[in-house]
Amino acid sequence: MMHEWFLASPIVLASLAAVAALIVDALTPHSERVTYGFSIVSLILVLVAAAGTVPFNGTAFGTMIRGGGVAAVFDLIFALGGVLTIVASRPYIAARNFEHDEFYTLVLYATAGMMLIAHAQNLLITFIGIEVMSLSFYVLAGYFRQTLHSVESALKYFLLGAFATGFLAFGIALVYGATGSIEFGAIATAINKDALNFPRLLPIGIALVIVGLGFKVAVFPFHQWAPDVYDGAPTVVTGFMSTAGKAAALSAFVPLVVNVFPIAAASVQTVLALCAAATIVVGNVAAVVQRRLKRMLAYSSVAHAGYMLIGLAAGNSRGLSAVVFYAVAYLFMQLGAFVVLAMLERDAERSVELEDCSGLSTTHPALAALMALFMFSLAGIPPMAGFFGKYYLFAAAIEAGYTWLAIIGVLGSMVSVYYYIGVVVYMYFKESRDATERMRFVGPERVPLLISAALLVVLGIIPTALESLLSSFWK
Amino acid sequence: MGQLLLLIVLFLPLVVAIGLLGVPSGRVAIHRWASLATALVTFVLSLPLYWLVDHARGDFQLLTNVTWIPSLDAGFRIGLDGMSLLLVLLTTFTMPIAIGASMGVITKREKEYYVMMLLLETAMIGVFVSLDMFLFYVFWELILIPMYFIIGIWGGQDRIYAAIKFFLYTIVGSLLMLVAIIWLGWHAQVATGHFTTDFVKLREIAPSIPLDIQRWLFAAFALSFAIKVPIFPLHTWLPDAHVQAPTAGSVILAGILLKMGTYGLIRFNLDFFPAAAIEFAPLLAVLAVIGIIYGALVAMVQPDMKKLVAYSSVSHLGFVVLGIASMTNEGIQGAIIQMVNHGLSTGMLFLCVGVLYERRHTRDIAEYGGIASVMPRFAVLFAIAMLASVGLPGLNGFVGEFLTLLGGFRSPYLDSWAYSIVAATGVIFAAVYLLWMFQRVMYGKLTNPANEGLADVRVQELWTLVPIVIVMVWIGVYPRPFLNASAKSTQAIVEKVLHYAVPQEVALDPAKTSRITETKRP
Repeated sequence: MMHEWFLASPIVLASLAAVAALIVDALTPHSERVTYGFSIVSLILVLVAAAGTVPFNGTAFGTMIRGGGVAAVFDLIFALGGVLTIVASRPYIAARNFEHDEFYTLVLYATAGMMLIAHAQNLLITFIGIEVMSLSFYVLAGYFRQTLHSVESALKYFLLGAFATGFLAFGIALVYGATGSIEFGAIATAINKDALNFPRLLPIGIALVIVGLGFKVAVFPFHQWAPDVYDGAPTVVTGFMSTAGKAAALSAFVPLVVNVFPIAAASVQTVLALCAAATIVVGNVAAVVQRRLKRMLAYSSVAHAGYMLIGLAAGNSRGLSAVVFYAVAYLFMQLGAFVVLAMLERDAERSVELEDCSGLSTTHPALAALMALFMFSLAGIPPMAGFFGKYYLFAAAIEAGYTWLAIIGVLGSMVSVYYYIGVVVYMYFKESRDATERMRFVGPERVPLLISAALLVVLGIIPTALESLLSSFWK
Repeated sequence: MGQLLLLIVLFLPLVVAIGLLGVPSGRVAIHRWASLATALVTFVLSLPLYWLVDHARGDFQLLTNVTWIPSLDAGFRIGLDGMSLLLVLLTTFTMPIAIGASMGVITKREKEYYVMMLLLETAMIGVFVSLDMFLFYVFWELILIPMYFIIGIWGGQDRIYAAIKFFLYTIVGSLLMLVAIIWLGWHAQVATGHFTTDFVKLREIAPSIPLDIQRWLFAAFALSFAIKVPIFPLHTWLPDAHVQAPTAGSVILAGILLKMGTYGLIRFNLDFFPAAAIEFAPLLAVLAVIGIIYGALVAMVQPDMKKLVAYSSVSHLGFVVLGIASMTNEGIQGAIIQMVNHGLSTGMLFLCVGVLYERRHTRDIAEYGGIASVMPRFAVLFAIAMLASVGLPGLNGFVGEFLTLLGGFRSPYLDSWAYSIVAATGVIFAAVYLLWMFQRVMYGKLTNPANEGLADVRVQELWTLVPIVIVMVWIGVYPRPFLNASAKSTQAIVEKVLHYAVPQEVALDPAKTSRITETKRP
């Protein structure tokens, strides 16, 4: 029993912290600083607990949740994303005179929801996790409730998200109907023993589950909401949603790819591969024509979901490790880019166009250098972590016989290089339009930026430690 | 000892570059002199490598093998053979000159500039010493970042266009090479049970890949290298990049970066895929010959000196590719020596154009005329560079061109004299466009009053030009030390190709077989 609580400790801590934060809010109104500090401290505790459980593996609370192993690594991703987002968001929302306790509480809730998804050993837990995360994101997307853009983003996200949740619930019901269980192990056993009640329901159920999850990941053809929502939401929230949120939805696929898909229907992997290819192409091509930086990053995040899907489509141990590795790298590079963007927006007090980056390297040298690093990493240029992540994914794809998918992946990268270095062109090669004073690189945003940049370089040059840890999970 | 020295040569510039990041950008003198000193020290340290590499062996020496990413068996594996030795020396020799030529010329953002230069040096040496495909690819791509900034920030009028074009062209080729690299690694996993990017293991496995797959892999690698060389018709980025880059950037681009492409063709395409190489050799040779003629003809009509030199690169590298495609001892030896030569003579031509540009801020040939009368010492140096580029016997250019043409004649794979005969006319064209340019710029009456007060070469410029002249004369008169160094590694590759040639289709034609065995005998 103790062991179960230990394995579940990150998720228990995160959930308790979210509830406690809500109570603190209620008892002490206008206590932004308290909630801010409390959220950071509790997420750091979660990080410690998750790090402690990494070497273990097992299920807890019946067979409801898994603990340790890859779930703990996902915990680290989500909690780290949460901390970095909270630290970066304070000056951003404060600059708009819109700092409320709820912001931090909602980030905590979203984090707890993501962790539930990664820990799920049962489709119901997956569902609950997705709902907790999504509901928090609906509100966070519309956090700037005076801005039309933000409200529109939230409404769009909510309406389409609710629709997708319907698919997911229906799919789970059909899978239950076919196999008599919603626990991954039991589902696999039922399929293996050929003890299906309604064999024809199973593929339909699985297809609906994929649709529901695919929507959350923003996989083609369910990606249309993503650019609008990411564009309208507060920039720091977009950073969090498009990295940790995406990783969470992908983590729901992992147990399915391991346990269910290979025995349920061989064609599932092919479908995933086709989706991955289409997602990469659509995301990258659409990003090329964007002039607004935020929208460009929004489209590119669609493409990156496609890259991670490559690993799932490959379905081998190398592919699954690669997905998690890429999720880590992607967290740092994309979140970093959004934090830089948030800082620029705070300065400009409006959305940032590519032209606004002109001469950034002379007005904000440190910021420009970090942004360039994030851009090169996103484009997959060595020696940053984004490169190794892609290398690893492509290696998995080729190993699984999807050489064509790897080729589409690199072709997509070529396209992405164009728009990513476009940002660098404006920052470094064009003169500033208005000769602003050199801004000093201060503010709490420094912390997430420097952490992200340092980890990107370290993970790029020495991916070994993380990589060997990950590949040990699927031996 | 040797291993340590090689590691120092590789990483010293990087370490200093990181150190310079901490020095405030106002301290310009520190940035200038520290980077120049680093480049000089790197050069001095790289010289003993010549003796530490045993020229009687054709394999890799001074090996360092450190585990890096075990599950994909990507290691930090570096080493040298005769061919890479020469290119490393070329790199370490060129860098102090390039940095020396930048001092005082580059006036904005000097800190970033010198940091980029040093980063570039490590990456370039890294490309030539890597013995692991993953590591090779990392260095190969790493070059893009500093070069992109050097063109884009410190370049001329259309620098942004040129920088983006350079970046995109290069990455298009290299990403497909990445797929091929991973595919090779996976093939190793199928063949031996372990995924690997170890060059030494892969070169054993790769030649036995079925020919239909080998063709695709060859094409993926060749595309990447052909863009870098550049081989006609993939050369269009080159004139833009050259013309827009600052002088030192052009020197490095022409002197070293282009050689990475031809180096890759020999190192990977011939060594990994000999059977496919035999098939593709005529195609490569045809493109090379077209490049020789086309580059020369286009160079002839350029009104801009720098563009003229840039197109002459396309033409000169055609000889290198022809030598490689011949896959004979003479041809590849000639290609390697021509790579070094082209680095020296074209680098020097760019420096000379830079000297004029510094004074007049124009590269228009029509703006000049009669310069020899005001800059007599410069005229001598410029003439030497020009004659070396033309391929005058006694200077370096002759040896390389002669050997590549000889290779083209004797190659059993090309099996036709036509390539070399047509290519040889390129030598004549080279004389035409270079001499004509020289005549219009240097001789005649000094008609343009703006040119009257031009100062002759300064001491700084002498320091950058004279060392090149010394080496050029040395190679021209006594090329033995350079040829010796690469002889064995060339022979190893030629024999490997022969090994895969004889049992296959060539064997059906008795005439060809006899010619091949004839070549094999000495």
